[in-house]
This record gives sequence, structure tokens and C-alpha cells, in this order.
Amino acid sequence: MRTFSYERAASPDAAAAAAGQATNAKFIAGGTNLLDLMKLEIETPAHLIDVNGLALDRIDATADGGLRIGALVRNTDLAADGRVRRDYAVLSRALLAGASGQLRNKATTAGNLLQRTRCPYFYDTNLPCNKRKPGSGCAAIGGFSRQHAVIGASEACIATHPSDMAVAMRALDAVIETVRPDGATRTIPIAELHRLPGDHPEVETTLAPGELITAVVLPKPVGGAQAYRKVRDRASYAFALVSVAAIVQPDGSGRVALGGVAHKPWRVEAAEAELPRGAKAVTARLLADARPTRDNAFKLPLAERTLSAVLREARA
Amino acid sequence: MTRVSFDVNGEPHQLELDTRTTLLDALREHLHLTGTKKGCDHGQCGACTVIVDGRRINSCLTLAVMHQGNEITTIEGLGSPEQLHPMQAAFVKHDGYQCGYCTPGQICSAVAVLDEIRAGIPSHVTADLIAPVRLSNAELRERMSGNICRCGAYSNIAEAIGEVAGRSA
Repeated sequence: MRTFSYERAASPDAAAAAAGQATNAKFIAGGTNLLDLMKLEIETPAHLIDVNGLALDRIDATADGGLRIGALVRNTDLAADGRVRRDYAVLSRALLAGASGQLRNKATTAGNLLQRTRCPYFYDTNLPCNKRKPGSGCAAIGGFSRQHAVIGASEACIATHPSDMAVAMRALDAVIETVRPDGATRTIPIAELHRLPGDHPEVETTLAPGELITAVVLPKPVGGAQAYRKVRDRASYAFALVSVAAIVQPDGSGRVALGGVAHKPWRVEAAEAELPRGAKAVTARLLADARPTRDNAFKLPLAERTLSAVLREARA
Repeated sequence: MTRVSFDVNGEPHQLELDTRTTLLDALREHLHLTGTKKGCDHGQCGACTVIVDGRRINSCLTLAVMHQGNEITTIEGLGSPEQLHPMQAAFVKHDGYQCGYCTPGQICSAVAVLDEIRAGIPSHVTADLIAPVRLSNAELRERMSGNICRCGAYSNIAEAIGEVAGRSA
């Protein structure tokens, strides 16, 4: 691991300001992904700003009946919150489908959103990777690409976003709250937080340098039957090959987001109009522009079958 | 170098550490508490599991300097050869290991798992998110999935935890 200086931030504004002043600074919260990458020298921050002391670990009701989830709320606490279990079950289910008990105890809401891909070529520093070393090439294209993206990828990168939580938040239309180094605050709809790789897979979000996520806001509950189904190589503690977050209303309308298929949680609102016609119609629209590799073409029928199972469960 | 102070197994400690020192290395290399094991050092195996402020975490994926003021419990703090923790005794009774390398992490994790169930924290296999969590073999196995046993002693580990869970339920 490279050497770095370390400070404990006193407030969100101070943390963002410090990140704006220091060169090559990173925030650290749970650290479960960042420290792993620092050990491999894939992440090499010169300065770490520890945000764990900030009072961002509460889940509060909002005036319009939703929830404001502090950036530092641990994945375990978010999944176990009574209001989340009752009104946003898809989120609780998605969180519980991810990682291990130890990791969920440490991992935070904001950190989960900002975790980096688990593409094995991103992790292997002996091989080219445009995300790790821009311009070096992509070893996943033409390599073993069973886990990789089937849609929204580019000539530069076919990595997926690994989060389960973010897929459920996409279905719930969550909104991200941030503060920038100059103290300005803004909100970002989750649909606009993560980027597709394009020519710059190393730029994964629309956050500005030094911008700190302070909370994630869930709009008021939308009801319906909510489910998260994750298909993976092991029954537990593995990343998704395909996952489906779905909210299905009694009248047959609903929302669907997919994980494991793209560089961001994948949702196409227009595809949801097909819900009354079933999983085949929805996935045909949702994945209309898919360009799978030979290794991961199985994800297309798998997504359809997983959605089919979720819809059957939701309508039971 | 950065100063940090925390309690380990009830004893206060003050350390001056390279900021890169993980909690795992601080415990093993600086405090010489070698019960906690380094397996993968990447959060994948669970051998380094310790309990911090009542919660199990991977000590390899956290910096020691991030634990100012915390109370840390390692396998040495759970019990001693003369006075085993009930979970340690159950692992011995059910032969919940072969080589033993993952065992401290398994036991720290198992003790915390039973607390998590008592606290009503659901898991991936909890059928009903609203009803109280019900103890079952499937619940224990799912919750222990972050602790890998390369010798494959899983069924005996599950029996050991099940026995303690039954006793304390």
C-alpha cells in the first residue's frame, strides 16, 4: 500500500472543503472496497479523509412521507430498519442479498453506491484496463467475460456495477444529496449518478471532484408487491450474474430494474408499460440494445426467466 | 505515524502507527494477539473476524487509526483455555474444525450472529421481513457465509452454533 496522510473530518462541509484543497484525496467510510483496492495499489490516494465521525448515520422521515438515509448508515442497519422492511422491502431484500454479515456491518449507504467494479481484469494489475489505467486497453473484451455487461458497454469497457442496493434504489427513484468543496449542496436523481463507460470508464459517476454524498432520499412509499431476486454462482456471498428489483402494483403496472447487466443499475421506464404482457415483453424492451459477448449471452434469457419468477411471486 | 487508542478485550491500549496499519496487523503485530488470523487479507475469507463495539467486522479491511475509542473483542477476549466461552466449548465438542486456522474468525462471527438474531436483524433467507426472525439451520448457514473453512468442517460448525443457539434461545 502507498503511504498516505490521514485526517478525521469534523463536519460534512469541512470534509468536502478538505477534499477540495488536498491533491489526490479520498473519503473513507466503511473502507471495505477502498482499502482492498489500496492494498493492490489500484487506488493510490495521497490523503484519506475519514468521514466516520460525521453525524450522517440516521434514518429520518421526510416531510412528504419518505425517508432520508444518512450517507453513513450501515448496510445492516438500513436493511433492518422497520420502516424500510415495511415500506421499501425491495431495498431491504437487495441489501441482504449482498456481501457478508461482516461486510454489511461496515459498508455504508454512500460507499455502497460508490463501490467499484469487480471485473477481474480491473483487479489484475498485470493486464490492461481502461478503468484502472486509461488508454491501456480492455482485457475483458476478448477475455473471459461471463460476468460482464450485456448492455450499455463500450469499446473501452464492459465492466458491470456490482451493487445490489443501488438496483433497488433505482427502482425506488432515490435521490442523492451532496455537498461540494465550496459548500454548495445539490440533489442528483439516482438515474443520473452512475455513468455508462463510453470513452472514459475511469469516470464512474457524475460527482464533481471533492463532492461528498451526505444522504439518499427515498420518495414516499409506492406500495405494491416488492421483490429482489439475485442469481449467482453460489447461494450466498457472491456478486450477481443477473438480479431483478421489481415493484408490482395490484393493477399490473410496476417498475423493474436489473443488476449485473450494465455499468449502472439498468432501468428503462418505457419497458415497464409492457408489464401486463409479461416478462418476455418487458425484457425484450429493457434489453433491446443488448450486445452480449459469447460468454455472457446467457444473461439475456436469464434476465427474462428471473423477471418471470419475480412477477409470478409478486402476483401470487 | 498517527496515534490511536482503543480497548482490546477490556484493556486500554495506546499505539502510534503507520496510517497504513490495518486493525488486523495492529492486533497481531503490535499487540501480539495472534489468535486473530490473516487468511486472504481481502475480506473474502472471514478468518480475521473480530467484534468491534458489539459488531463483527473483517479486521483486515479497516485501518487501526479508524478505531479511536472503540471496544474490540478478539478470540482471546471471549474465553481462555481454562474457561472456554460456550461457543468455543461447542466447537470443541462438535469438532467444528480440522486445521483450526479459520476457527477464531468462525467463533467470533458465530457469537455475533446469535446477537444479530436476538436483535431481530433479518437475513437473505428470512422468509417474512415483518415477523420476528426465527432461528433455523438455514438462517445460521446464510449468516455464516462470510467465514470460509477450507477444510470443509461446515456441518460440524453449524451443529456447534445450533447447540449454543438452542441453549441461549
